[in-house]
Amino acid sequence: MAVPQPLVLLIEDEPQMRRFLRAALDDGQYHLIEAPTAREGLAQAASRNPDIILMDLGLPDGDGLDLTRRIREWSNRPIIVLSARGMEVDKVAALDAGADDYLTKPFGVGELLARMRVALRHATLAASGKEEPEFLEGDLRVDLARRQVFVRSQEVHLTPLEYRLLQTLVHHAGKVVTHRHLLKEVWGINSIAQTHYLRVYMTQLRHKLEVDPTHPRLLLTEPGVGYRLKVSS
Amino acid sequence: MNERRPDPDLLLAQVREAEGRATRGKLKVFFGANPGVGKTFAMLEEARVKRVEGVDVVVGVVETHRRVETEALLTGLEILPRRPVEYRGITLHEFDLDAALARHPAILLVDELAHTNAPDSRHTRRWQDVEELLAAGISVYTTLNVQHLESLNDVVAQITGIQVRETVPDAVFDAADEVELADLTPDDLLRRLEQGKVYFPEQAERAREEFFRKGNLIALRELALRRVAERVDAQMRGYMREQGIREIWPAGDRLLVSVGPNPASARLIRAGHRMASRLTCEWVVVYVENPAISLSAADREALVENLRLAEELEARVATLQGRDTADEILAYAREHNVTRIIIGKPTHPWWRDKVRGSLLDKLVRGSGDVDVYVISGEVEGEVPRRLPSPSRASPLKEYLWAVLVVTLCTLGGWAGLHHLTVTDIAMIYLLGTVVVSSRSGRGPALAAVLVSIALFDFFFVPPYLTFAVSDLQFVSTFGVMLLISLVISGLTVRVREQAGFARERESRTAALYAMSRELATARDRSQLVDVVRRQIGASFGAAVQLLLPDEAGSLAPPEGQAPAYPLDDRERGVAQWVFQRDQSAGLGTDTLPAAKALYMPLRASGHLVGVLGVMPSDPRRFQDPAQRQLLEAFADQVALALERMTLEQQTQQSQVEIEAERLRTALLSSLSHDLRTPLAGITGSATSLLQDRSMRDEVRRDLLQTIVEEAQRMNRLIGNLLDMIRVETQTLVVQKEWQPLEEPIGVALIRLDERLQGREVQVQLPPDLPLVPLDGLLIEEVLINLLENAVKYTPAGSPITISARVDNQSIVVDVADRGPGLPPGEEARIFDKFYRSVGAPPGGGVGLGLTICRGIVQAHGGRIWAENRPGGGAVFRFTLPIEGTPPTLPPREAVAETV
Repeated sequence: MAVPQPLVLLIEDEPQMRRFLRAALDDGQYHLIEAPTAREGLAQAASRNPDIILMDLGLPDGDGLDLTRRIREWSNRPIIVLSARGMEVDKVAALDAGADDYLTKPFGVGELLARMRVALRHATLAASGKEEPEFLEGDLRVDLARRQVFVRSQEVHLTPLEYRLLQTLVHHAGKVVTHRHLLKEVWGINSIAQTHYLRVYMTQLRHKLEVDPTHPRLLLTEPGVGYRLKVSS
Repeated sequence: MNERRPDPDLLLAQVREAEGRATRGKLKVFFGANPGVGKTFAMLEEARVKRVEGVDVVVGVVETHRRVETEALLTGLEILPRRPVEYRGITLHEFDLDAALARHPAILLVDELAHTNAPDSRHTRRWQDVEELLAAGISVYTTLNVQHLESLNDVVAQITGIQVRETVPDAVFDAADEVELADLTPDDLLRRLEQGKVYFPEQAERAREEFFRKGNLIALRELALRRVAERVDAQMRGYMREQGIREIWPAGDRLLVSVGPNPASARLIRAGHRMASRLTCEWVVVYVENPAISLSAADREALVENLRLAEELEARVATLQGRDTADEILAYAREHNVTRIIIGKPTHPWWRDKVRGSLLDKLVRGSGDVDVYVISGEVEGEVPRRLPSPSRASPLKEYLWAVLVVTLCTLGGWAGLHHLTVTDIAMIYLLGTVVVSSRSGRGPALAAVLVSIALFDFFFVPPYLTFAVSDLQFVSTFGVMLLISLVISGLTVRVREQAGFARERESRTAALYAMSRELATARDRSQLVDVVRRQIGASFGAAVQLLLPDEAGSLAPPEGQAPAYPLDDRERGVAQWVFQRDQSAGLGTDTLPAAKALYMPLRASGHLVGVLGVMPSDPRRFQDPAQRQLLEAFADQVALALERMTLEQQTQQSQVEIEAERLRTALLSSLSHDLRTPLAGITGSATSLLQDRSMRDEVRRDLLQTIVEEAQRMNRLIGNLLDMIRVETQTLVVQKEWQPLEEPIGVALIRLDERLQGREVQVQLPPDLPLVPLDGLLIEEVLINLLENAVKYTPAGSPITISARVDNQSIVVDVADRGPGLPPGEEARIFDKFYRSVGAPPGGGVGLGLTICRGIVQAHGGRIWAENRPGGGAVFRFTLPIEGTPPTLPPREAVAETV
């Protein structure tokens, strides 16, 4: 861990959820502070400057989306949104407003810790201003400096757009990237509505990189939200 | 048997009458021979007495004519304010019916029963206002002069020479609970008049000259006294009837009055009424409609007026159809045991009877033991002028055609002059006239005969080229020609008339039939409204508006329909009145006739289902009784159809409710059982973990694993229930996006990873599979449910395959297994809610998965079904339509060269 005992702010109104997360996180690995309302959450975020924020989307006094925007006005600390299935539109909105990742309730502790690790690592990397020159995951190796892609040590030839797509995912490796974000990065701001471009290229990319493109292990679909490049923890 | 036992039907009628009286208000009429005898005065005196007795008496309207004595009596009585009405620039102060109904006193004073209301009032006549008051349970005191009684109207006119326009039906007078005669001898009345107690002096002089002559006064007084005496007589009969004294009842006299479209027929009707009431017998007014004759507008109006008068005088009115008035009347008379017939004295010249036959003669000869009374003033039914029938060619053309035929005959005869005898030539002419008469009416036929005779005589009868006739034999030839053509043209005309009559009847029946057939196929209210508008509109040349009641009973046009004609508050008011009173009103009726449309109640099995408004392009249309009868037939059909639709809706509604109830029950049992089972596992495991600290690590792990698995199961169950509710309540929102099928398949497989328990799922997709418009999240759900079922119902290790192909603008997706297959007969049932197959393993789902799949696929516009595979196993197959324009794909790129 780059920072010992990172400070976690949990903004959640359900006492049971808080109890569970307290048990899972406050065990010497993280230091946890809690806020049951959006108002208190905002105050804590401002006064304590936590390293990472976990936020429930449905808070009794105002929605998490609004809170995300307000925090993003002055802080770039990672925010992970917690929400129920069926709230995809809200999740996407929160992500586009600046949240880093999301978790669908109910989730397991392992999943949560993995997401937090990814988010914290990206935050550290961004702060140091360094980029890793190479991405390694399973059979896949991406040499970012030389713009080369290898699957099981065999070089795979990608089109410029396919590469840009993969590069964006690598850049956010382990984190969800929304359709909108990917489209903007790869095709430009004018194409953010052309979701099918993205889907077609993702299929092509899977055919080139995955062992079984119909059962992907690396380029994962986050239904209704976007895509995620898997990293093993 | 006791002969004096009262007739049960009569008793029932009496009971009904008594019941009607109990809720109705009572009517007391202060009756007088002429103005000034003190009716209003007597009424006010009585009102004061009642008021002293503590009865709630209110003055609705009283005309004092500024008589001082009368005005004095008004002081101290509550007087309803009058309703100001603007009429032709002057303000009239009319009786305010609605205010009276709202005030609802015990007794209301309404002077001058015969008064005609201002044009925009609800009813044309005040006696109708009084009827409504009585129906509302308010007792009414009113005044009436003898000359205003309908049946005595013409008698009074004969005596005084003044025709009174404002009349009151005798039925209203006869139905009064009490009649009090205000009587004054003519000498006293004249004295009062001189003293200026009746009118103001300047009016008095004129009035006296015209009306208040002593002779008049004596005659009117006699009429009034006699009328009251008749009433007393009727009361005595009624009393006798009640007491079972039967002998007095005259043996079944029945009176028939034959009328025509002639204003003079009114006198016949009044005479009929007088005779009928003296005989206390039933009477019927009959009009025989000759289909060959179209009535002029004026005649039709007169006829309608007559029939309405008859109805007001409580006659039964029958309209018969037939060519021969006498035959029809006699047939009707025999059928209905008529004992006396009243008919008008003929006024036409005698020779017409010789030519056309006399109705009177025929009637008298054919009447047998029926008495025929001939009364002055009326002719038989056949007065109306013939109007040219529109279906025939113009008369001029017909005459020209007749002349042409005859000319041809002449030419033919001339050409064959040397080969033909004179008789042959006569035959040629005869042929010509036969041709003309079989084609045209009587006129052209006659013309053809006369011209034929003239030409025949001129050209072919010696001496030639003169009109002189040398041989008398030819005169008889002419006679025969004339006779034959008359007979033939008569027959032709008759056949044509009958055909026209039949056509008209058929077209009415056809129109009615067409509508009822269309109504039977109408599936919803808007279709019904459409049919009604179209069919009735076409049959009557009218704009048609249905008005249906809401739950509170206030009428409105059916939802989503623009009114067929402007429905202002006034029109709505008329319709509402019709609905409340179950009585037609508006255009062409006596009630609210100023309305733009005629409103008819729609009556179905005893209750009202709405109101039909019909605004004909020709406002006079509904003055024709036949048209109104036809419209009533249409209205009946509409009412039945409306009722049928309402009943159907109720049935459907209750079915939906039963279905909803079933779903609720199933959901409840599912919640209580299927959610509690995993909960039991979780609670059990968690409590053992809490209590027993000395547990071995493996056991502890086992319990924890149970908790996790059961919680996941519960999560899936809740997800399914939520989806189910979305499908059931049709709140499932499908957001289609064009995407490769691989995408949802991939997500489904990843989400199922754990539950697949290592089962291999083969995905076989053709490389050229197009993009499909689908909602990824929902199709994922379908695939997960299908795959989960496959895992659950097939032996471990047997293969599961997902494949897809394009077929006919759809993509067909198969999820196939090699398990035991479906039990026969279950292929369709497995998609039912909460249906669980016989072979379902324990601990499975609730039986919602496939129902959800079906809901989702159907929401996509596709189909889902299951069948057994050849070679064993089951296949679940669904289609998704590929609709709309596929999006343009990004241009293919070349593979980038690495840097």
